[in-house]
Amino acid sequence: MSLLLDVRGLSTHYVSARGTRVTRAVDQVSFALEEGETLGIVGESGSGKTTLALSLLRLLPPAARIVAGEVRFEGDDLLRKPAAEMRRIRGKRIAMILQDPMASLNPLFTIGDQVAEPIRIHEGAGRRGAWVRARELLRAVRISAPELRVREYPHQMSGGMRQRIVGAIAISCEPRLLIADEPTTSLDVTIQAQYLNLLRDLQRAHHLAMIFITHNLGIVAKMCDRVAVMYAGRMVEGGPIRKIFNAPAHPYTKALLESIPRLGDGRARLTAIDGQPPDPANPPAGCAFHPRCPRVMDHCRQEAPPELVVGESQTARCWLAADRR
Amino acid sequence: MTVPILEARNLTKHFPVKRGLLGRGSDVVRAVDDVSFAIEPGRTLGVVGESGCGKTTTAKLVLHLEAPTSGAIRFEGRDLQTFDRGALREYRRSVQAVFQDPYASLNPRMRVGSIIAEPLVTNESLPAGAARKRVAHLLEVVGLPERSADLFPHEFSGGQRQRIAIARALALSPKLVVLDEPVSALDVSIRAQILNLLRDLQSRLGLSYLFIAHDLAAVAHMSHTIAVMYLGKIVEIGNAETVAATPRHPYTQALFSAALPSHPDEKRDEVVVTGEVPSPLAPPAGCRFHPRCPHAMARCSAEEPALLPEAGRLVACHLYTGVRVSVGAAAR
Repeated sequence: MSLLLDVRGLSTHYVSARGTRVTRAVDQVSFALEEGETLGIVGESGSGKTTLALSLLRLLPPAARIVAGEVRFEGDDLLRKPAAEMRRIRGKRIAMILQDPMASLNPLFTIGDQVAEPIRIHEGAGRRGAWVRARELLRAVRISAPELRVREYPHQMSGGMRQRIVGAIAISCEPRLLIADEPTTSLDVTIQAQYLNLLRDLQRAHHLAMIFITHNLGIVAKMCDRVAVMYAGRMVEGGPIRKIFNAPAHPYTKALLESIPRLGDGRARLTAIDGQPPDPANPPAGCAFHPRCPRVMDHCRQEAPPELVVGESQTARCWLAADRR
Repeated sequence: MTVPILEARNLTKHFPVKRGLLGRGSDVVRAVDDVSFAIEPGRTLGVVGESGCGKTTTAKLVLHLEAPTSGAIRFEGRDLQTFDRGALREYRRSVQAVFQDPYASLNPRMRVGSIIAEPLVTNESLPAGAARKRVAHLLEVVGLPERSADLFPHEFSGGQRQRIAIARALALSPKLVVLDEPVSALDVSIRAQILNLLRDLQSRLGLSYLFIAHDLAAVAHMSHTIAVMYLGKIVEIGNAETVAATPRHPYTQALFSAALPSHPDEKRDEVVVTGEVPSPLAPPAGCRFHPRCPHAMARCSAEEPALLPEAGRLVACHLYTGVRVSVGAAAR
């Protein structure tokens, strides 16, 4: 295995129109991804997980600035690439799947045109050749009767089929890394299971690395090798999934795992986390989780903890972890 | 046996759909088809199923926002169709609802105090002082500070807004509350707070719930009885723990095996269902699940299975009626 993606100290801030207010949407995030590996990035709304994904591809809105860090992909820092070179990487080396397939497909073009488009742009294939590939890709994502479907439009497909078509577009140029941002949130339970199994089969067939952005720990448990937990812009814990699920080092991770109802555990009450997630524009001083933390100490209110190594390839931003070492 | 708070008997709702030029031909969407269930006092009926299965139409029928095509709803033993205006008014006070999105269900121009007091003012014409006292009490019941009454909804987070919506639903001391996906729009760390609050309120106030959600673990956690719906039909209904632990209908089995694991080492027998839910405009003949069912037999496409007792719950599947026949034949 070799290192595919190495993100170091990445910080992305949103600056208000007058330049007076700065929101640290992503704050000093570091992680690495091997080839063929799957990383889950979990967090609640406002935790910075989507901004983090958009920063990797440099697809940020104008108000956002990447202020520090490196995104090393196949050895090169993507943050230093000229815009033209980034365009050759997006869709070709790194592909992305978004939450709402109806928003990522163009309603005015046929399915065939849209699946063939990246093949024509990135690989310079002719229309005929690209359409032949498009039919193969639709078959690979288990669309029945692809020779008919290529001529149809997105509104003629169900939600699950649309998301599989987006998947076909994503793998059309054989990328090395696939970033999926809440890819199954709009799908029903059985369709979600079909789609996740499909993504896993595609990953094995093409030796793809994947980043799953989700608020759902169940998807992490099913799909991922490693997980990064985001809270108020910081990665508060990261490591292999079994370590995180069995022995979470950060109180937020622990509380999140305990707050979820599980099938067949028969608890009368769930362990709830008090309080609300912080306003990303105005996070609490010190550790951002301290107002909700059951094990808060004086130190936590004053100084944000650094990233501490708590075990083999497991890190946590928590003062408790400093004692655990 | 106690009289159920609410009972649905052979409840059916068909929606006509205009077809063709000038809307001449017409088709029928069988949104809810011959559905029966009962909700006991102080208990929760959970309804699960995928989009298009009829769970939201069921909620609308219970809230009397839609009139059934056929079948009946009985409230405390009396048929809703026999209710005069006064009795219907009383019914609407006794049956309240909390919806999925607390950003859409609260009027942004009203102060929280007025939002919660509105049902009191319209239904009970309470004097302002008494209404204010009731609002303060309701805010305390749902765990919000008293000063919230003077603020606007935008000053609250999603979880707090859902508490406001719950306070409004409780204002008229209802007997049954319809909870339509009450936590799916909330942040993960907030969901447990609201689910705990709903359970506390149930034991404290003796409320009955009709709990509709797609999160199976949350439904199993909250419900005493679970009804599984597919294309307008109940395919399995019974005690929540029994149904969740040993689902019998192939669709229920598929649904629960498709639920995401709570731990990476949790192994599930994967029951693979292929394809997608067919259109409710033209549901398959026989058992509506047969085109996707891994156990489909010739009989399933011809004959619609009835809901029959099987292992302590009701299941509509030929697998079990078939077994019963062959066991009977062997005994003979």
